Amino acid sequence: MVESLLRLRGLAWPLLIGLILGGAVMLLGGSALFWALVAAGLAALLIAQFITFQEPILRPAEKTADDPLAALPPMTRVLLDQLPSPVMLLDEDETVLFVNHSMRDVLGPGLDRKRASQVLRNPEVLGAIAEARAGIATNVPFSLPVPIERHYQAYAARISIAPSVTALLLHDLTMVKRSEQLRADFIANASHELRTPLAAVTGFIETLRGHAKDDALAREQFLDIMGVEADRMRRLIDDLLSLSRIEMNEHVKPEGHVNLEGMVRQAVAGLKPLAAAEAITVKIEPEPGLPEVIGQPDELIQLFQNLVHNAIKYGREGGEVRVVLGRAGEQVFGAVSDDGEGIPAKDIPRLTERFYRVDVKRSRERGGTGLGLAIVKHIVNRHQGRLAIESRLGQGSTFTVFLPAVSDQNAVRSAAPEPVTEML
Amino acid sequence: MTEHTVKSFGEQLEALSALVAQMGGLTEAQFAAAMEAIARRDSAAAERAVGGDARIDEIQQEIEDRALKLLALRQPMAVDLRETLAAVKTAAELERIGDLAKNIAKRALVLNREPPIRLTQSLARMGKAAQNQLKQVLDAFTSRNADEAEAVWARDGEIDEIYNSLFRELLTYMMEDPRTIGLCTHLLFVAKNIERSGDHCTNIAEVVYHMVRAGHLSAARPKADTTSETSVPYETHA
Repeated sequence: MVESLLRLRGLAWPLLIGLILGGAVMLLGGSALFWALVAAGLAALLIAQFITFQEPILRPAEKTADDPLAALPPMTRVLLDQLPSPVMLLDEDETVLFVNHSMRDVLGPGLDRKRASQVLRNPEVLGAIAEARAGIATNVPFSLPVPIERHYQAYAARISIAPSVTALLLHDLTMVKRSEQLRADFIANASHELRTPLAAVTGFIETLRGHAKDDALAREQFLDIMGVEADRMRRLIDDLLSLSRIEMNEHVKPEGHVNLEGMVRQAVAGLKPLAAAEAITVKIEPEPGLPEVIGQPDELIQLFQNLVHNAIKYGREGGEVRVVLGRAGEQVFGAVSDDGEGIPAKDIPRLTERFYRVDVKRSRERGGTGLGLAIVKHIVNRHQGRLAIESRLGQGSTFTVFLPAVSDQNAVRSAAPEPVTEML
Repeated sequence: MTEHTVKSFGEQLEALSALVAQMGGLTEAQFAAAMEAIARRDSAAAERAVGGDARIDEIQQEIEDRALKLLALRQPMAVDLRETLAAVKTAAELERIGDLAKNIAKRALVLNREPPIRLTQSLARMGKAAQNQLKQVLDAFTSRNADEAEAVWARDGEIDEIYNSLFRELLTYMMEDPRTIGLCTHLLFVAKNIERSGDHCTNIAEVVYHMVRAGHLSAARPKADTTSETSVPYETHA
C-alpha cells in the first residue's frame, strides 16, 4: 500500500512537467503532429524516470536513516562482530543497533532493538553512554557482582553525529582483579601461617618466665615444643623463599642435562630417616637406558624430595612408596606412588594451590607448609614439563612428572659429562 | 532522563520500562556498594550507597508521573495497562530495596569502626544471594520472562535459610559475650534488611508474572524464614 503510493509520488514530477509543457503547447496552439511528439516525449520521460529512479522510489530516504549501519562496509561489520572485545552500537534513543559476538557472550541473547538501560543497567555505564552522546568520550570502570564477579572498563564514544551513533566497548579486567586479589590473599595466608607457630613460641616463653620458671620437667617439654614450632617457621620461610626463587626464573628455560635417576636417588637418600620412622620402604624402579632430561639439578632434587616426602607423610604406616622412572615418547617420566588413603576427587584440581590442604589439621601435624606441591608445579612449569595426579580413595595416589628428554642431537653437542652423573 | 521527543504510545511505554530498568540498575549498584561496605569494610562504598538513594527516589517520582500521564491520556488496556501498573509497582519495590541498602550502608559505617568480625562473611554470602535474586528478577522484567520470574519467586528460601542460621549464630554469640551485643544487633539488622530485600524481589517477581501472564502466582509462597519462632535458651554457667 505504502509502496504503491511512493511509486505514484515518483511519477508526480514527470506528470507535472507534462502538464506545464502541455499547457504551453496549447497556448502556442501547435499542429497535431507537434502535439503527438510532445506526448511521445513525455511518455519517454515518464518511463525513463520510472526505470532510473525505481530504486530510490522503493527505498525512500527515511529507511536509510533508520539503519545508520547501512553505511558500514560489510567487511567492517564482520570485523566488529569477530572482535574479541565486546562492542555495542547505539542510536540516538540509546536503542541497540548492533552487538557483536563477545558482547552477546557478556549480556546474553535477545538484545536487539532494546534500550541500553534494559540490557546493561549499570548506572556508571549508562552515565558514560549519556556523556558520549553529548560528544564527550568517556571511560569508566564497573563490575557485575553476580552471578560470577566480573570487572570491566567501559569506553563510550560518539562515532557519528548524523545519524547519531554511539559506540560502547568493554575491556575485561576480571583476570587482573583476580590476580590482585590472589596476591593479597597470599600475603594474608603466609602471615597467618607464620603467626600460628609464633604465637605458640611466645606463649611458651611467657610461661617459662612465669610460673614454669623453676619446673625443670615442664621447661624441657616446653623447649621441645618451641623447637618444633621454630622448625615449622623455618620450613615455611624456606619454602616461601624457594617458591619465590623458582617463580623468578620460571620463564628462563633450564639448560643442563641431568640423569633423572641420580636426582631421585639423591632425594630419597635425604628422606631415609623419615621413611624409617614411619616404617615405609622406598623403592626406586628405573627403566634401563633412559635418556637424560633437560633440567636444573637442584630444582629436580627438590621436586622429587617434595613428592617422595608427601608420599611418606600420607602413605600407610609400614607401607611402600614406589618411584617408577620411564620413557613416554620424547619425555621421561618419574611417578611417585603411595598406598595411603588417597585424595578425594574434588580436591585434586586444587592441590597445587598455595596453602591449599585437603585436611588442614593433619597437614599441620605432619609438618606440612601447604607449599610443597605449589613448588613442584612451578618447577615443572619452568622445565616445560607436566604434572599428573591420579588418586583412588583407599588405594593411594600417584604423582607423575613428565620432563623433556635430551634428544640425540642435543646429546652429541654436550659430550662432556654433567656434574650430576658424578653424584651417582 | 534523555530528552528525546516521544512519538507514539508504544514508545512511551518502552521509555517507561527503560526508566524502570535504569532505576533497577541504580538499586543494584546501591545494594552492591552496601554489601561491599560490609564485606570489605569499605566506608567509602558505604557513603556511596547512602548518597545513591536520592537519585533512586527521583526516578521513582518520574516513573509515577509518566505512568499517571499515560493512564490519563492514553487509557491503556490489557497488557499495556498491566505494563504501566507493573512499572509503578516495581518502582515502589525498588525504592524500598534502595532504602534497605541505605540502612545497611549506615550500619556498615558503625561496624567498620569496630574490630572485624568473622560473621560478616556469612552476611556477604547472604548479600550475594539477594543480589542474585535482584539481578534475575530485573532481567525477567526487562525480557518479559514469566518463567524466570517464577524461578526467582520460588528461590527465596535460600536467603531465608542463611538468615535462619545467621540469626541463631548471632543469638549464641551475644549470650556468650554480652559485650558483643551492640555489634551483633547491627549485624542482625543488616541480615534482616537483606532478607527483606529478598522478599521485595519476590514481590517484583509476582508483578512480572502478572504483567506477562495476567494471572497470579499462588498466594502460598514457600516461606522458610522461621526466625519469628526461634529462641535460643540461655544457659547459665554456675
